[in-house]
Amino acid sequence: MKKLLALLLVLALVMSSLAGCGKADDSTGPDASGDAELTVGFIYIGPKTDGGFSEAQDRGRQAMVDHFDGRVKTLEMENVPEEKQAVESAAINMIDQGASVIIGTSYGYMDTLEALADQYEDVIFLHFSGNKMNDTNFGNYFGAMEEPRYLAGIVAGMMTETNKIGYVAAFPYTELLIGINAFTLGAKSVNPDAEVLVVYTNAWVDAANEKAAAEALLAKGCDVLEQHCDTTGPQIAAEAAGAYAIGYNMDSREAAPGAFLTAPIWHHEAFYIETVQNILDGTWEPESYYGTMADGYVGLAEMSDLVPDEVKDAVSEAEAKIMAGEFPIFVGPIKDNQGNIVVPEGTTLDRAGIWSMNYLVEGAKGAIE
Amino acid sequence: MTAFLAAAVVAGTPLLFATLGELITEKAGNLNLGVEGMMLMGAVMGFAVGLWTGNPYLALLGAMGAGASGAAIYAILTVSLRANQVVTGLTLTIFGIGFASFVGKSFMGVPASASVKSVFATLEIPLLSKISIIGPVFFRQDILIYFGYLITICASVYLWKTKNGLNLKAVGENAAAADASGINVNLYKYVHIILGGALCGLGGAYMSLVTVPVWQENVVAGRGWIAVALVIFASWKPSRALIGAFLFGGLNILGYRLQSMGIHVSQYIVDMVPYLATILIVIISTRKNRKEDMGPADLSNPYFREDR
Repeated sequence: MKKLLALLLVLALVMSSLAGCGKADDSTGPDASGDAELTVGFIYIGPKTDGGFSEAQDRGRQAMVDHFDGRVKTLEMENVPEEKQAVESAAINMIDQGASVIIGTSYGYMDTLEALADQYEDVIFLHFSGNKMNDTNFGNYFGAMEEPRYLAGIVAGMMTETNKIGYVAAFPYTELLIGINAFTLGAKSVNPDAEVLVVYTNAWVDAANEKAAAEALLAKGCDVLEQHCDTTGPQIAAEAAGAYAIGYNMDSREAAPGAFLTAPIWHHEAFYIETVQNILDGTWEPESYYGTMADGYVGLAEMSDLVPDEVKDAVSEAEAKIMAGEFPIFVGPIKDNQGNIVVPEGTTLDRAGIWSMNYLVEGAKGAIE
Repeated sequence: MTAFLAAAVVAGTPLLFATLGELITEKAGNLNLGVEGMMLMGAVMGFAVGLWTGNPYLALLGAMGAGASGAAIYAILTVSLRANQVVTGLTLTIFGIGFASFVGKSFMGVPASASVKSVFATLEIPLLSKISIIGPVFFRQDILIYFGYLITICASVYLWKTKNGLNLKAVGENAAAADASGINVNLYKYVHIILGGALCGLGGAYMSLVTVPVWQENVVAGRGWIAVALVIFASWKPSRALIGAFLFGGLNILGYRLQSMGIHVSQYIVDMVPYLATILIVIISTRKNRKEDMGPADLSNPYFREDR
């Protein structure tokens, strides 16, 4: 009897812990039920209230739902790991509930979505941050984060007094190297003496370690921090040390109001609204979307009161040029931090060139693998 | 250098609380692998109570209560119902992670209230903080770190110098013999498992209220597992747990300091060091075969009085 009870209690524990995750919920509200023309399923890697990556995605989704005012219904699946089985069951579950568009928001979903696109020819699959697509029903999308990062670099370059800027990054791979390089070029464009020290944490979400990494940089004399990881740990560390910090993903000024300057952020709704409109109109075709600041897909969060007017002016000036499309970020000559010329004079890196970066530019100090 | 050592103490303090909690639990003969879960339960409840009441002491009590209730579930299952301890502990970890995400949803990204943060500000201890090196490293810290020193001393004295402590060790070494000598085995197990859970909860609250006082997903990030390894590393001795916690805390942040100095050591290797060190200690202590460095003999064996 006691054994049975023990078994039941263990089962109850397991069930209650599982209950929180993996449930698709329909959050369009009662007014929209039934009459929607299109159902879109979103697959998130984390919880949609993670205060960073997935929350930025979910805000884009919500803005898109609001924009179409009842015409589009969405389903969301949170905490879906990057495993074939998990992604497949999440997608098929939502397709069974009527979804005709599936949006996967994490890199590791790519191969599974590709296979599903073959299998479900009537469903449109969209994948964030990947590079695979097909001719009929599978496309991908990403953003030119290098543009707002360059602007953030201008802010940091003008505001540093020690000429040392700290950069807390998650992992040393291409997407992050692009960000570090764009940021460094931005900082050096206004302050040739500035150097950017990079420390990697080896995790996307680890508040305490991100803070510890930031403290190491502050101890080396950095007085402005930038980050490419998902918690506000570096901003907290900067505030405690009387330094400045630049965030990422979303506007997080509440966490460390004494340090927050600005943040390069995503506006996923720009892509979702445009794409869903095309799907509704029947004009959608698979594409590899690369949203820029001019598209409204990426941008810089409103600068805080800690940023002096002259810095704001310098940023607006560069921003205007980028928006007008006459200011590519990676224009030669660019040297890497070993002194080799990686982008020769007169050359401008295109998207493929940017996405094959495997170096840090002059002025940035850190590992690349 | 002192700045690094002081940061190591801060990084080691959540480990210290969790390690002491697990140590006391294991002394009662129960292996509770739910440390990570109990830390997260403590982290989220401590943060939530701090947010609702603005009172830091209530927040700490809430954290300890949450850790203790997680441990109580474990105790009912493993002591009264004699469920498998490993499975139950792992389940508690999964449960704790889900519980923290669920409760924390509504205040994701919200900072802790100022009245809570101010109590955990640096507090210099007069005289002691003036000693060179030792002063700034150990005695220019926050109030919870001093509490950690105090608990370590109390745990040492309790385990080796009090009757109750010796009874507890008897329960962990040989529950049947302890029972025969008139010790209430189940009561000892319950009390110490729950006490251990409260300490784990406190360790979690340190991460959400002091280290980074903003609620974020998964603040504990695997430190519960390091605490489980640390108990073995410390040979079940509170004083060694203190040294081990600060050592592992230092190792945890060492990689970042090296990177900022331009020395590139793979962070993966740095992350492995605590576990490698534990394996090394296990090898050394088994080779030496010294009884006092071994764990409680009855660890993870359920006790059936009827089987005696």
